[in-house]
Amino acid sequence: MHELAVCRSLLDEVERVAVLHGARRVERVLVAIGPLAGIDSGLLGRAFEVARAGTIAAEAAFAVETMPVVVRCAACEVDSTVPANAMLCARCGDWRVELLSGDELLLKSVELELESRPQPQRPAAA
Amino acid sequence: MCDQCGCAATPEFVRVSDQRGPVSARPADPHSVQVLSGILVANDRQAAHNRAHLERRGVLAINLMSSPGSGKTSLLESTIDACRGRLRIGVIEGDLETENDARRIRAKGVPAVQITTGQTCHLDAAMVHDALHALDLSAIDVLMIENVGNLVCPASFDLGQHRNVALLSVTEGDDKPAKYPTMFRGADLVMLSKTDLLDVLDDFSPEAAERHLRGLANPAPLLRTSARRAATLVPWIDWIEHRLAEVRAAA
Repeated sequence: MHELAVCRSLLDEVERVAVLHGARRVERVLVAIGPLAGIDSGLLGRAFEVARAGTIAAEAAFAVETMPVVVRCAACEVDSTVPANAMLCARCGDWRVELLSGDELLLKSVELELESRPQPQRPAAA
Repeated sequence: MCDQCGCAATPEFVRVSDQRGPVSARPADPHSVQVLSGILVANDRQAAHNRAHLERRGVLAINLMSSPGSGKTSLLESTIDACRGRLRIGVIEGDLETENDARRIRAKGVPAVQITTGQTCHLDAAMVHDALHALDLSAIDVLMIENVGNLVCPASFDLGQHRNVALLSVTEGDDKPAKYPTMFRGADLVMLSKTDLLDVLDDFSPEAAERHLRGLANPAPLLRTSARRAATLVPWIDWIEHRLAEVRAAA
């Protein structure tokens, strides 16, 4: 049950981004979580409903993108999508693999409702 | 890997856009801000600060994790005895309640700081930072951080340690690594503890435990130890000395 601690950290980050963009409120928060992050996304969602009260994200929706566990075999260089507790190359069965995805614990994006005043200065789109 | 460490979250890199392109090209709010920062960025920053602080003093920090009752404190007591005259050890103890473990360590003549977390199921970098202020780092070579007994939550929080060590006692199931993959995947060393009991336990296979560990793509050494048999601790203490030398060489 460390999800509440993680959620408070998430809301700090959401607030930072919202303030940076001069938002009036946050409409939606999207996080990306891999099975190897050790976070239960259902519990995180329920913690969010409690912890968002009184913050700029008080009415925000919460969405999770669950990332797959993907490994690359050192021997045959094949990428495999695997279970979190059997991270073996799907082709040769070797355990000497590199993790490409699956341990994410990221704030991916936030949807903001902005003040009607002019936007803060932004860099040009890449 | 910048999407994992939080460095992409600096204002220069926050792009006001989403899949449909730059938001500035669209009239309507709300707009989506791509962030891609680690959720635990504040903890990670504090942990990096702790690590830098330890390295300036040439101290190796080890985060010791396991289920409750797998023998972390007993291992520390035996390790302190075995290292006397070789390594100066300091200990941070994490428990929900009581000073019991810190008292056991202090009885060995070693400095120990107890963190009582109340209801919190793990240590975090800020708690360790506070505890570091209560330790004289110039008087120790190795800081052992005994985390709260828990195979789930401690795995998600960097404390500023250099290495993670997970204990698996042979009175538990040998499939623990498969059941708690986040914890065992993150371990730099796995120690089977209480192996003096293997003779009377017919349902724990060290080979199976190793197979489950490799199933997490983890090449970490798996050491068989018993806190009651000092000879079994030799490879563990060698491992500590090598890691200490690495930290000091890098400093």
